[in-house]
Amino acid sequence: MEKKFFQTSIKDSLFTGLIALALFGPIVGLRTVAKNEVLEVHPKWFIVLIIVIVCAVGRFLTNLYVYNRDQKTGIQSSIGKSISNFLDTKGYQIALTAIIFSVIFPFLPFTDRYLMDIAIMMLTYIMLGWGLNIVIGLAGLLDLGYVAFYAVGAYSYALFAIHFGWSFWICLPIAGIFAAMFGVLLGFPVLRLRGDYLAIVTLAFGEMIRILLLNWYQLTKGPDGLTGIPRPSFFGLPFKSFPDEGEQTFHTFFGVEYDPMQRIIFLYYLILVLALITNLFTIKIRRLPIGRAWEALREDEIACKSLGVNPRNTKLTAFAIGAMFGGFAGSFFATRQAFISPESFTFIESAIIVAIVVLGGMGSQTGVVLATVFLIGLIEVFRDFESYRMIAFGGAMVLIMIFRPRGILATRKPTITLEKSSSK
Amino acid sequence: MLSISNVETFYGNIQALRGVNVKVNSGEIVSLIGSNGAGKSTLLMTISGVNKAATGEIKFDNKNIESLPPHDIVNLGISQVPEGRRIFSRLSVEDNLRLGASSNDKGKKFDDDVKDVYDLFPVLKDRLSQRGGTLSGGEQQMLAIGRALMAKPKMLLLDEPSLGIAPKLVNQIFVAIKNINKEKKVTIFLVEQNAKKALELADRGYVLVNGNVTLEGTGQDLLKNKDIQAAYLEGGGKK
Repeated sequence: MEKKFFQTSIKDSLFTGLIALALFGPIVGLRTVAKNEVLEVHPKWFIVLIIVIVCAVGRFLTNLYVYNRDQKTGIQSSIGKSISNFLDTKGYQIALTAIIFSVIFPFLPFTDRYLMDIAIMMLTYIMLGWGLNIVIGLAGLLDLGYVAFYAVGAYSYALFAIHFGWSFWICLPIAGIFAAMFGVLLGFPVLRLRGDYLAIVTLAFGEMIRILLLNWYQLTKGPDGLTGIPRPSFFGLPFKSFPDEGEQTFHTFFGVEYDPMQRIIFLYYLILVLALITNLFTIKIRRLPIGRAWEALREDEIACKSLGVNPRNTKLTAFAIGAMFGGFAGSFFATRQAFISPESFTFIESAIIVAIVVLGGMGSQTGVVLATVFLIGLIEVFRDFESYRMIAFGGAMVLIMIFRPRGILATRKPTITLEKSSSK
Repeated sequence: MLSISNVETFYGNIQALRGVNVKVNSGEIVSLIGSNGAGKSTLLMTISGVNKAATGEIKFDNKNIESLPPHDIVNLGISQVPEGRRIFSRLSVEDNLRLGASSNDKGKKFDDDVKDVYDLFPVLKDRLSQRGGTLSGGEQQMLAIGRALMAKPKMLLLDEPSLGIAPKLVNQIFVAIKNINKEKKVTIFLVEQNAKKALELADRGYVLVNGNVTLEGTGQDLLKNKDIQAAYLEGGGKK
């Protein structure tokens, strides 16, 4: 038995090596160089060889140490399991620690401008992940165009703030409402779709919004983007180093020295609060009939219908509320950047958010945080390596898929692993 | 109470029901028997509005319901226990029950209503916080029936409650169905392959073959009918 497994593993890894050769041979191995206006092919077989060996050996090792153990014990990756057990039982304490840490984070001695920027970016993704989790994790609707609502929120915030001069706190709910309306707009035509068909249409919707923003020049300034989006003020007190005549600013009002970090810290707390509101909302709504109906719809649509749950309203509210939080995040993004263009709302953003939700373990709020820290953190750590950071990103995803196939924190545990085994 | 006349239902081009006529009077238990693919489940799904009838009329309390959406039909007082139970397996037993109450006052009287379900199936009370999928087949069927009862129906549609359940539990479930009818005064329309059990329990019965009702009569008459004995009871009856 053991020997046979060994043999199949070797066969399997040789096969993996072949696939790697077929893939990387032409892509990496053949490099074209322009020399004296003539294209020459410079083969790089050594690098291809290394890649193929890494793939084959990696496959062999995962066969031996990851999948093999599954077959023996029926339990997948015990480390991950113990982590998720730990998080399940100590979830409350961990969440509290994480929140306290994020509250004091700006004042920790090692925190600098760079770390603050990363933290703000991570919190934005966490908020987007939590918002999308309502649609994907709770209602089970795979939405690949979530960035559309992020864009709608950002643009409606920017347009209202620029043209009407309204403050952040007025524009924020308006942006949320606009995004929710677009959520319903997307929701209606896809009511009957599920699974991959739904995914395709939502993906197209995301692209449509981006192309619309790109081409509606009168309103959105197209590829030039919108500039001069007002910065948020601290309840009416702007962050400025040189206040206009007679103007109260944050630092004059509180009688402190002006420091550009003040605005960064304010933005940090703003996104922290927005993200926590999203989280709190999701936790609360799961206990309400509407949240329960979302989860039931994810499980079984026919059973829902026969119980008198209205699937149309249930799906539309999921799309609308998920979109609303995306819109809130979008307004924050607009006010933070002070400049937005369709460039910021490409499909890759949707893909990253979906990756965060899926790899975090669909429906798990803590999983979203862990996946964001892991994925976005990794991209940042590898920033100096330029183009290699996307390889790290992909590698991180593959690792999660190997070790935690249902996500870092899967709430979708197989039902039979619970307390009692069923008699079936 | 419920009258179905000349109902035809299609799946795409395939006709599943070919002009079905069925009547269920208030307070009755009516069983519909038939083999696989006869259209039994289709009929229930058509009554509850999940599938729509192409032609024909379905009246409930003298109101036409054939074109209403499913959630409106539930609100009128028809609850369905779908085939294969269709428990929300990753939600807790309590959430399953609460979802059953979602049409009934948005579940505000949940604590009162759920007591009736505990009376019928005490085992559910012990399993409230467990996930639906961890229950045994019989317990899942109890949960499915309890969930449907949470909507306080006047009429309960049951689709093969004995499917894939241990014989001992099947008896328990049939006793419960009788209780629901006698004590809670809920009219029962039961669809079953287990013809013997279903006809013993029923006041009246119908036999469905290839989308047509071929026979009808009291439960006892149908049990004695030679054709039925030959077609449905030889195998099923001896169990």
